[in-house]
Amino acid sequence: MSLNNDDPLIVKIRGVKFTYGVRTIFDNVDIDIPRGKITAIMGPSGTGKTTLLRLIGGQLRPDAGSIEVDGQNVHAVSRDALFQLRKRMSLLFQTGALFTDLTVFENVAFPLREHTRLPESMIRDLVLMKLQAVGLRGARDLLPAELSGGMARRVALARAIALDPMMIMYDEPFTGQDPITVGVIMQLIRMLNDTLGLTSIIVSHDVHELTMICDRMYMIAEGKVMGHGSPEEMKGSASGWVRQFMGGLPDGPVPFHYPAPDYAEDLLAGASRT
Amino acid sequence: MMDWLQRLGHSSLGVFERLGRGNLFLLRVLAAVPSLVLRPRLVIAQLYSVGVLSMTLILISGLNVGMVLGLQGYNTLVDFGAEESLGQVVALSLVRELGPVVAALLFAGRAGSALTAEIGLMKATEQLSGMEMMAVDPVKRVIAPRFLAGIFSMPLLAAIFSAVGVLGGFFVGVGLLGVDSGAFWSQMQAKVDLQDDILNGVIKSLVFGWVAAWIAVYEGYDAVPTTEGVSRATTRTVVHTAFAVLGLDFILTALMFGND
Ligand SMILES: Nc1ncnc2c1ncn2[C@@H]1O[C@H](COP(=O)(O)OP(=O)(O)O)[C@@H](O)[C@H]1O
Ligand SMILES: [Mg+2]
Repeated sequence: MSLNNDDPLIVKIRGVKFTYGVRTIFDNVDIDIPRGKITAIMGPSGTGKTTLLRLIGGQLRPDAGSIEVDGQNVHAVSRDALFQLRKRMSLLFQTGALFTDLTVFENVAFPLREHTRLPESMIRDLVLMKLQAVGLRGARDLLPAELSGGMARRVALARAIALDPMMIMYDEPFTGQDPITVGVIMQLIRMLNDTLGLTSIIVSHDVHELTMICDRMYMIAEGKVMGHGSPEEMKGSASGWVRQFMGGLPDGPVPFHYPAPDYAEDLLAGASRT
Repeated sequence: MMDWLQRLGHSSLGVFERLGRGNLFLLRVLAAVPSLVLRPRLVIAQLYSVGVLSMTLILISGLNVGMVLGLQGYNTLVDFGAEESLGQVVALSLVRELGPVVAALLFAGRAGSALTAEIGLMKATEQLSGMEMMAVDPVKRVIAPRFLAGIFSMPLLAAIFSAVGVLGGFFVGVGLLGVDSGAFWSQMQAKVDLQDDILNGVIKSLVFGWVAAWIAVYEGYDAVPTTEGVSRATTRTVVHTAFAVLGLDFILTALMFGND
């Protein structure tokens, strides 16, 4: 299967810079994702977590630096090689991105039909196995519009493991879910990671859930890595950023107030106008 | 004045940029077409949905236009005692002009706008992005089949429009106004030429199908991936297709029928 199965790092991000127009999203970021583990990447909304996943998946190109996945430089290989690589890594979009015109069954069957020439009976068995793994074998005939948000994510997860990938990237898997669903998804991520021998990357801002489930954490903000380590190390971090984020404190290096002129002056300016 | 010129320059640059991107996109779609030879079912499914979307509209409009042609044609022809030629007038108007043009306009309003909205929404809900991440090229899997279905369905829709229109003209002319039935059909047969009229009509509708399908899939793929962006793209599809079809119709008519 993998060329570099013995390399303990499955993803190596080195010196990556990325900008949207004039806005710098990443400025010289280094991240290592260890094989077989669950790594969390945390950061406030709008820091570029989704962007990071798209960079790893080769949908976006960094302005500088390199990203290696399983020994291959994602942005230097041919389009064919990139597509081969993508078959081995899944990206679970925040919305699920299910095909709205296909049933649950056909959604999960989609990658199998596109990339294999398996007979129909085998496809059926595989799809039912994947759906069983996420507890939705009974929902196979529903359309995405008939699913709850949590179910849609589980179907997307079943589709993501259809081709037995080596790595799954989850974009905000807990956001907007009720506590029971969050528990179910957390358990699924851990279970799939360990039983299928996957590597998982979870991008999220749900600190509490992440500390319970992940093996390693990265904290990014303002285009930089603000800290990384095991959940325990992160809790005891000396960095103000990390502590504010881990503790959910309203004020700190991330200010509560959007930049504004001095409060008293602002009020007086209004008074002098009337 | 300078300001006005500047804005004019700016917006025409915008137009050329869009045209350029549209052409590059067309090349990508065309490059993806050969891969569909192995998967004709993708195209057939789209043909079916485009056909189903447009069929009722085409049937009803064709019948109506034919009936109006029958009525107006009769009123004019009867002054010259030439009402026997009604079949010819109705058929030629439909096959040469109204069939291809009106069918294309209806196609843009019904199927074209639906294609744009569908593709735009797939983009907005990250279905296209998701496909790419599953190592499936959305241009091959989603765009090219819809483009081909648009091209193939247009001559069929135009032919149906013309056929139903002739029937409508027949009902009014022969059924209501008393034109001789034998004369209606024989005049039509004698004066409608297979190559000059029918083949040229088919060529027109192929060209219109090409343009309408191209605009529809391009606007969808290029849509700003928000609710508002998709709705604007849908409107653009209808408007741009209408302009393109009417403009091209004049050019094609001049080339085909200009010197005889
Ligand atoms: N296509 C785009 N063009 C310009 N800016 C973008 C685009 N996509 C995202 N951004 C900006 O980049 C920043 C990072 O986006 P994103 O990666 O989605 O953040 P996160 O997932 O961490 O919430 C956001 O501030 C967003 O406004
Ligand atoms: Mg995001």
